Amino acid sequence: MRIILHVWRQRNANDKGRMVRYEVPNVSEHMSFLEMLDVLNEDLLARNEEPVAFDHDCREGICGMCGCMVNGVAHGPLPGTTLCQLHMRHFKDGDELYLEPWRARAFPVVRDLVVDRSAFDRLIAAGGFISAATGSAPDGNAVLVPKENAERSMDAAACIGCGACVAMCPNASASLFMGAKLAHLGLLPQGQPERARRVAAMEAQANRELFGSCTNAGECEAVCPKEIKLEVIARMNRDFLRASLMGR
Amino acid sequence: MQLDSHSPTGPIETRWDRHRFNLKLVNPANKRKHTIIVVGTGLAGGSAAATLAELGYNVHCFCFQDSPRRAHSIAAQGGINAAKNYQNDGDSVYRLFYDTVKGGDFRARESNVYRLAQISLNIIDQCVAQGVPFAREYSGYLENRSFGGAQVSRTFYARGQTGQQLLLGAYQALERQIGAGQVRMFPRTEMLDLIVIDGRARGIVARNLMTGGIASHLADAVVLATGGYGNVYYLSTNAKGSNATAIWRAHKRGALFANPCFTQIHPTCIPVSGEYQSKLTLMSESLRNDGRVWVPLAKGDTRAPSEIRESGRDYFLERKYPSFGNLVPRDVASRNAKQVCDDGRGVGPSGLAVYLDFREAIQRLGQEVIKERYGNLFDMYERITGEDPYKAPMRIYPAIHYTMGGLWVDYNLMSTIPGLYVIGEANFSDHGANRLGASALMQGLADGYFVLPNTINDYLASNELDKTGDSHAAVRDAEAGVAAQTKRLLDAKGTRSVDSYHRELGKLMWECCGMSRNAQGLKHALAKIPELREQYWRDVKVLGSGEELNQSLERAGRVADFLELAELMCLDALERNESCGGHFREEYQTPEGEAQRDDEHYSYTAAWEFRGSGNRPEMHREPLAFEYVHPSQRSYK
Repeated sequence: MRIILHVWRQRNANDKGRMVRYEVPNVSEHMSFLEMLDVLNEDLLARNEEPVAFDHDCREGICGMCGCMVNGVAHGPLPGTTLCQLHMRHFKDGDELYLEPWRARAFPVVRDLVVDRSAFDRLIAAGGFISAATGSAPDGNAVLVPKENAERSMDAAACIGCGACVAMCPNASASLFMGAKLAHLGLLPQGQPERARRVAAMEAQANRELFGSCTNAGECEAVCPKEIKLEVIARMNRDFLRASLMGR
Repeated sequence: MQLDSHSPTGPIETRWDRHRFNLKLVNPANKRKHTIIVVGTGLAGGSAAATLAELGYNVHCFCFQDSPRRAHSIAAQGGINAAKNYQNDGDSVYRLFYDTVKGGDFRARESNVYRLAQISLNIIDQCVAQGVPFAREYSGYLENRSFGGAQVSRTFYARGQTGQQLLLGAYQALERQIGAGQVRMFPRTEMLDLIVIDGRARGIVARNLMTGGIASHLADAVVLATGGYGNVYYLSTNAKGSNATAIWRAHKRGALFANPCFTQIHPTCIPVSGEYQSKLTLMSESLRNDGRVWVPLAKGDTRAPSEIRESGRDYFLERKYPSFGNLVPRDVASRNAKQVCDDGRGVGPSGLAVYLDFREAIQRLGQEVIKERYGNLFDMYERITGEDPYKAPMRIYPAIHYTMGGLWVDYNLMSTIPGLYVIGEANFSDHGANRLGASALMQGLADGYFVLPNTINDYLASNELDKTGDSHAAVRDAEAGVAAQTKRLLDAKGTRSVDSYHRELGKLMWECCGMSRNAQGLKHALAKIPELREQYWRDVKVLGSGEELNQSLERAGRVADFLELAELMCLDALERNESCGGHFREEYQTPEGEAQRDDEHYSYTAAWEFRGSGNRPEMHREPLAFEYVHPSQRSYK
């Protein structure tokens, strides 16, 4: 099939950027979305045009490196799917697709579809961890973890840090990302000692990074490739309130 | 060159303890005066960087991805082994040691493997303390499963995302140290050369991938944790960015490369669907616990699987290996799949696939149980192929998955360049000729959390390391070399893309140095690779400049290194006139078609020394001694 692409081209952070139209003939339904972009890039190279820059690595939906807006939806139309796991069989001949990078003040564009998501790393560095220096751990079975808690913790820990939640949020809020980390660690007994400190530190960092506030639009949950639930945000708010009352 | 493994002797149970006691320590107050470079942030690099920083060292840590959390350890699905014997099913440190040495087909160092089995206990404790959400019983205790044909349940797991969860544990420990100012992180920065001064590793030259800037980073020791080189085959289960550049450039600076031909094929991957294919996706081999592998009995049978009756099917693994059946080790399962396809009985559009059929398991256990066990894998299969594996059997084919070979290291994980340490998949140390399932995560974390942070002190305490500056001739040489290579790639202005060369190399390697090898094919590849390399440097086409984000240029440098490494792999495979583990030489097989080891002549590690471009590398041998596990023929009949 033939796919028409309008791709955001921006040489660097200072460039204004623009949409450029390309046609990709002979797209196979079995290709992944990124393989279709590979084909486009090979064509561009043959015509002495510079390839479209896009981030990707594992191409199996777990590293969190890929992603762009496809017709205004982060990671494209298929729910619970990263861009690399989206296959062209979900499109039809002649479809016109608009590809843009994540748009958020905290994620400046580097080039074309590549953005800088290091703000996420700084959120984790601010408090998204359990301080357990190597060597000090007791036996793995010394502290029991109820199965339900371990499962819910794992649901939240499945976050891949791709940034789709921020990109889709009208406020560019990082609440789903932070809430997921806080739920992952806060549901485990090992995460209790630092629980209040963690939420306070991450919240303060989010403000410094210029992420917006959550207004419960729910767009983040709708596009999350790992289907992280909004309840993690409610949980974060409760933790934050408790931490504030405790005077942290 | 005399290779000294520095392995301790005496009773194997106390070797690591005694060795640690004999290592020198660095005074806590002096640790902050030392800077250590860690390249790579997977399980090995991430855990090492975090732990070294906790100890008080200054750490400079590098990764080519946009965040340390992206490293390919994240994609490991199945689990991590540990000899906890929580299940009371007969496991022990000694049994894990024994299984690993035997599974590696007697080509690993006993001392290292025993230490690995011992440390496996601490790893689980450490990960639980960090908040890794391992699977639990209703009682709250840790759950285990049996994995990859092991006869005990020693595998700990977090759904099908064990690698992700372990990596996030290490990543969060690392970020904590970054926040504390103890680690300086350089994301989107790629190591392109090693700086060696007075025979010691003293730093790296790296390119900032965002700006193209080339800069030197100096330190007292360098740790490479840059993973394996499976992408030499182009199509593999590795991430697209996984590459051999760091270890290859270190090799060219004097680090020996051990057993490059030891590569592992994973039997349960989704088959290739077309020329545009960019990578292969692995599905956990736990699928073989309930799935039955078969092909049609008749050649060229193109009927739909549902139309082929029981009598027309060949369950070839169950037929050939009645006691292990579908659960034979990875190398055996892979090779047999290739054989039936070579025989013209492969299925699917390409003929390069076999069926993995759950029909009987669904009848026996019900769809709900199968869904509970493998739901996420079935979903992934359907997402990629568009076929529903609850209705029709899956099609699978083996793919390159892991490389047991890597830079040679001694018991301290130090390479043949003093001050250069190599950990995780990047080294060759613990898996011999074949790695057992759920052991890669174990080794990465053992090296990073527990081995390296103990051994590196000894080097730093016993060597006077002068201050060096950017103006040192060796630093300027290395920088100039990197700049010249970048320029050469951009100036070639040829006709073919980097990927087209990479695909061609990969195809050649898969055919001649893949699942099975023979002298004729290896010689063909050895003649072909230098031609391809010569053509590459003349004809590669890279657009854009070196002073900006240029993804084609990044790949071009990596492929240039694969084009050299590939030759060494073929040479090593040709020199090893035996079959062992993942290295199957067609000339050396038993009458039943199984791998035929030659312990009399090949019970050694082959460690290759770079002798300059265009010169034949020199092989050094580290003899292997087996005091505890006596070599025997592996049998799964």
